[in-house]
Amino acid sequence: MKFRVERDALADAVAWTAKSLPNRPPVPVLAGVLLQVGDGRLLVSGFDYEVSSQVGVDIQADADGMILVSGRLLAEITRALPDKPVDVATEGSRVEITCGSARFTLPTMPVEDYPTLPEMPDAVGSVDSAAFASAVAQVAVAAGRDDTLPMLTGVRLEFEDSTLTMVATDRYRLAIKELQWRPDTPGGSTAALVPARTLAETARTLGALGGEVTLSMAAGGMGEGLIGFSGGGRRTTSRLLNDDFPKVKSLLPDSHAAQAKVPVGALTEVVKRVSLVAERNTPVRLSFSEEGLIIEAGGSDDARASEAMDCEYSGDPLTIAFNPAFLLDAVGVLEQPVAVLSLNDPKKLAVMGSASEDGELDPGYQHVLMPVRVGA
Amino acid sequence: MDRGGRFGPDADDTGCAVLHVDMDAFFASVEVRRRPELRGKPVIVGGVGPRGVVSAASYQAREYGVHSAMPGARARRLCPHAVFLPPDFAAYSEASRAVMSIFHDVTPLVEPLSLDEAFLDVAGCRRRLGSAGQVAKLIRRRIADEQGLTASVGVAATKFVAKLASTQAKPDGLAVVPAAETLDFLHPLPVSALWGVGERTAETLRRLGLRTVADIAHTPVTSLRSALGNAAGSHVHELSWGRDPRRVTPEAVDKSIGAETTFDVDIDDSATLRTTMLALAGKTAARLRRVGLVGRTVVIKVRFADFRTVTRSRTLASPTDVTREVFDTAWALYEALRPGERIRLIGVRAENLLPAGQASLQPQLGAPEQGWREADRAADAARARFGSAAVTPASLLPQTDGGGSAAPGEPGD
Repeated sequence: MKFRVERDALADAVAWTAKSLPNRPPVPVLAGVLLQVGDGRLLVSGFDYEVSSQVGVDIQADADGMILVSGRLLAEITRALPDKPVDVATEGSRVEITCGSARFTLPTMPVEDYPTLPEMPDAVGSVDSAAFASAVAQVAVAAGRDDTLPMLTGVRLEFEDSTLTMVATDRYRLAIKELQWRPDTPGGSTAALVPARTLAETARTLGALGGEVTLSMAAGGMGEGLIGFSGGGRRTTSRLLNDDFPKVKSLLPDSHAAQAKVPVGALTEVVKRVSLVAERNTPVRLSFSEEGLIIEAGGSDDARASEAMDCEYSGDPLTIAFNPAFLLDAVGVLEQPVAVLSLNDPKKLAVMGSASEDGELDPGYQHVLMPVRVGA
Repeated sequence: MDRGGRFGPDADDTGCAVLHVDMDAFFASVEVRRRPELRGKPVIVGGVGPRGVVSAASYQAREYGVHSAMPGARARRLCPHAVFLPPDFAAYSEASRAVMSIFHDVTPLVEPLSLDEAFLDVAGCRRRLGSAGQVAKLIRRRIADEQGLTASVGVAATKFVAKLASTQAKPDGLAVVPAAETLDFLHPLPVSALWGVGERTAETLRRLGLRTVADIAHTPVTSLRSALGNAAGSHVHELSWGRDPRRVTPEAVDKSIGAETTFDVDIDDSATLRTTMLALAGKTAARLRRVGLVGRTVVIKVRFADFRTVTRSRTLASPTDVTREVFDTAWALYEALRPGERIRLIGVRAENLLPAGQASLQPQLGAPEQGWREADRAADAARARFGSAAVTPASLLPQTDGGGSAAPGEPGD
């Protein structure tokens, strides 16, 4: 195998593939990235049995071939190389990397021991990559991180004709996003539970490349389902989680007794400031009235903080408490400049959404927060 | 000891403000109180199962060499005719609360050490109730009159001397160590009497030829430090001169609350483990509720047949005293551990405790206002009224089909 490649293209490809490699691989070959040269292109692949990633790079190929090298080491080397063309060539069981006057020789691992990457499943449709990336970011924030409840560590993608709905919850909050996609076959209906971390990283990468993301899916028995995302010369597959996701959408209240509108930027700043005195797991209290909003934190014996801010409010005066981290997460992913908080009761679900400066609600996103009960 | 003599009930209590009150054979005495026919007989609480240990022994049983923490089998060999009873912690807690409330009538400065002993600082009672010796007599009388139990009390200027004095006064006695005579009391005692001196330290000291507290007191502190380490060396030296700066600290907040079970035989049956875990979670949560605390971290402990012990913990989004939440977390931790080995002991405990009134709870989405927490409280009330078996999870009900060792009906897992 022998080829010449642009330094940046190689560094990007290796960095992206190596990022998803396991820190402590169950077998040594899984710490490797696979470099394949054929048809004048280089394919860089990584796989950990859950997630596979592959990126194609344009090269000047002199000899086809395939090698497996340590992903972490190759990523560090390519990142440090000077900005000059890189030559890569195998020498027996080693690979030589030359760039300007720098020369590296790395051992390779046996390609025969490397597992076959899963086939990309059949394409089912596509979606604008930037819209997809921002939608995933809005939802994945509410996914659970606790591996003892694996179904909550996923984002559920629900495809209903041309509407794609994403849902995630960690039991304390719930994010729902609706967007449009282009199914290859209209009128279909299906769902997939995708690990949130993989989905978020993939969507971010593909979103930055622009263009379209092609979605591919293979239904399977328990744990065999596979989803694929491709765009901009990159593709990722991820195993699906068993879809025993709770039926949470019925929790969404269908009306509200009060509603507050606050600028996102000001709200974020005030909550951050006030929650400096909120100890771990103690709430911030939001008191709404026609005069505005007062945000407070801290107990009678501890440090306390409060700050008043302008707020457009309709409804009876009401005080409600939230986990400050959850509140900031919710405000942080709103797309429009005005946060809209719909309330019913200090003990009942609150729904955060957003609206434009002239008050037009973004109907596509709802972030549901369960308030904290103080001094139970 | 010379009960009526130098350190007796009527010794000079000037300068003494600390009481150590220790109930006599507490669990056994509570049992005898409700079964008068056991009076005067050797009674042993605990040690019933093949691996149980003795929780308490009446003084009649102690004459045969039985003491607490002794394996039940050994106790049965030493005293085969003793009456063995399974522990009834609900009854002991109830009796303990009654006794502690007598202490609180006397002074707010009560530092409970366990169900059956506490330190009291009675410096502030002088005008109202009299000197420390008089307060001690009052407490002993009230415990006897109101609870039908006996307690031994040590009165001294410091906590550790008061504790030594109560030990010497046992059973049913009162010892006052006059502040001015603390050293006369302390110095003849063996080194093991000092707080913090266990078998190993005592052995080290004995090799240096130090057998009594007086020997320690007259050894240069530098020698003690090089023999025991800086902290321990200074510590025993201070104590040997009767210096113990620890104050009586009321309401020492518990660091953890929990329960554990040693199986009669090592097991690996998931259904049995699950029901045991449910019972332990129930006990843990009930104890939290009883003392008005909530815990933010749930910890499980698993000891394998080869005595290797592992713990796993998870910190919750919101502190809890709810059986269901403690169990769900504990079981998830166990499932994640999935040991393929036989298990000797499992335990569940709650840590990171804080008073329920100060805690803010993050309920789950759509949690009803009347949820598991309220169900637990209702069950607590029913148990308080009708006994501990009144309300229990269905899977913990005893098998009635005579099916022997069949595991309780749990959904397959």
